[in-house]
Amino acid sequence: MSADIPLLSLREAFSRQFRRHFKALMGSPADMANPLLFFFMVVTLFPLGLGPDPERLSAMAPGLLWVVALLSSLMVSSKLFGSDYEDGSLEQLAIAPYPLSILVMGEVAAHWLATGFLLAAVSPLFGIMLGLPAAGLGVLFYSLVLGTICLTLIGAIGSALTVSIRRGGLLMSLLIIPLNVPVLIFGTTAVSEAVIGGNPQTWLTLLGGLAMGSLALVPLAISAALRVSLDN
Amino acid sequence: MWTFIHKMGSPPWFFRFSGVVVQWLLPITIGLLLVGAAWGLLVAPPDFRQGNSYRIIYIHVPAAVVALAGYYVMAFAGAVSLIWRIKMADVTMRAAAPVGAVLTAVALITGAIWGKPTWGTWWVWDARITSMLILLFLYLGVVALFEAYENKTAAARACAVLSLVGTVNIPIIYKSVDWWYSLHQPASIKFTGESAIDSSMLYPLLLMIAAFYCLFALTVLLNMRAELVWNHREANWLQQLVRKV
Repeated sequence: MSADIPLLSLREAFSRQFRRHFKALMGSPADMANPLLFFFMVVTLFPLGLGPDPERLSAMAPGLLWVVALLSSLMVSSKLFGSDYEDGSLEQLAIAPYPLSILVMGEVAAHWLATGFLLAAVSPLFGIMLGLPAAGLGVLFYSLVLGTICLTLIGAIGSALTVSIRRGGLLMSLLIIPLNVPVLIFGTTAVSEAVIGGNPQTWLTLLGGLAMGSLALVPLAISAALRVSLDN
Repeated sequence: MWTFIHKMGSPPWFFRFSGVVVQWLLPITIGLLLVGAAWGLLVAPPDFRQGNSYRIIYIHVPAAVVALAGYYVMAFAGAVSLIWRIKMADVTMRAAAPVGAVLTAVALITGAIWGKPTWGTWWVWDARITSMLILLFLYLGVVALFEAYENKTAAARACAVLSLVGTVNIPIIYKSVDWWYSLHQPASIKFTGESAIDSSMLYPLLLMIAAFYCLFALTVLLNMRAELVWNHREANWLQQLVRKV
């Protein structure tokens, strides 16, 4: 029946998915601004809660910034597949003649660019506000670029597993936070090492390895999880 | 061999087979636990620095070891269930998760009780303790995810995906001692080379580890049998079995 419709190449299928999702994200700037605003608000809360002492703040800054980045990434990933699930386009993707893992990766990539990468790009600003020494700012950016790849991918697994469950958000944080622990440890250690003039490369390399490993394996988990959710 | 594996996948056959296994495993487990506990608590010499407080090791270490191994059992069952769609693998995974969670909690709590006299504090954010805490969260996540799904077949597969993803965390747990310097001493039992723990204390410990493995197997089997009875409460083979008894 569909013999006369030529199949797209995998790359084309991926990039169409990417563009579709990216346009949807660009169409709602509020959704993109929300995690940044959340980041900003929480950064404001720390001096209020911990006291304005600059030395103390700057000592804690690497950990604080990374924890907030993790939380805001968690917040946005929980809704990653929600609208696709509700309007039925997920089922269309699942029966499409392309590997589901490739198609959803288009979506995840767009999501990462609009949230994770954006977060990494503005993070040095928040670093300055918390008194993170200049030596740490670059590493904070690099570690968050690599780290948000992992966070977004792992968050996508959580979103795929909980998309068919009502009130899946809380459950998702239980599923996802333990898996994010290594990312957090490598990321904060990289930034702290850079601040004390140590060797952040080791930790950035580990983080990069984790990101590449997740890029290779996580798409399979996401598509398996989505198929399970469609059965529920 | 293959026929045996195929038979394991059949609920009636598994129910009868596990009944026989439980009959033997129950006395073995109780015996090992009694001998190990008596040996460790009464016979083994007190530690020259920690006195008698170290004896909690005979609960703490076996619980921690089996809690870690239990995750592998769960993840392996999950993989089998995902690849071959064997119902019994689902049941195994479902049965192993709460047992593993309880063992992890036991390891954490006994660790805290042991930490108070030894380190002077209940809780330390040390690498190994933290990894055990994360293991507990991983177990709880699997349990909670299973409960949240309405379709239990889908629930089992979702848990299988999650436990396989979580397996990534296990090597980090093992490696964590090397990665971060911490209060916690490095592992004392080494299978290659000499143990840092005297054999008079080691033998009861190994016995207790064996006992906990048996206990784990026993509770998982009993759990599975309970689930089988519930799932097949209307099935002919079960009703016949009940009538016979």
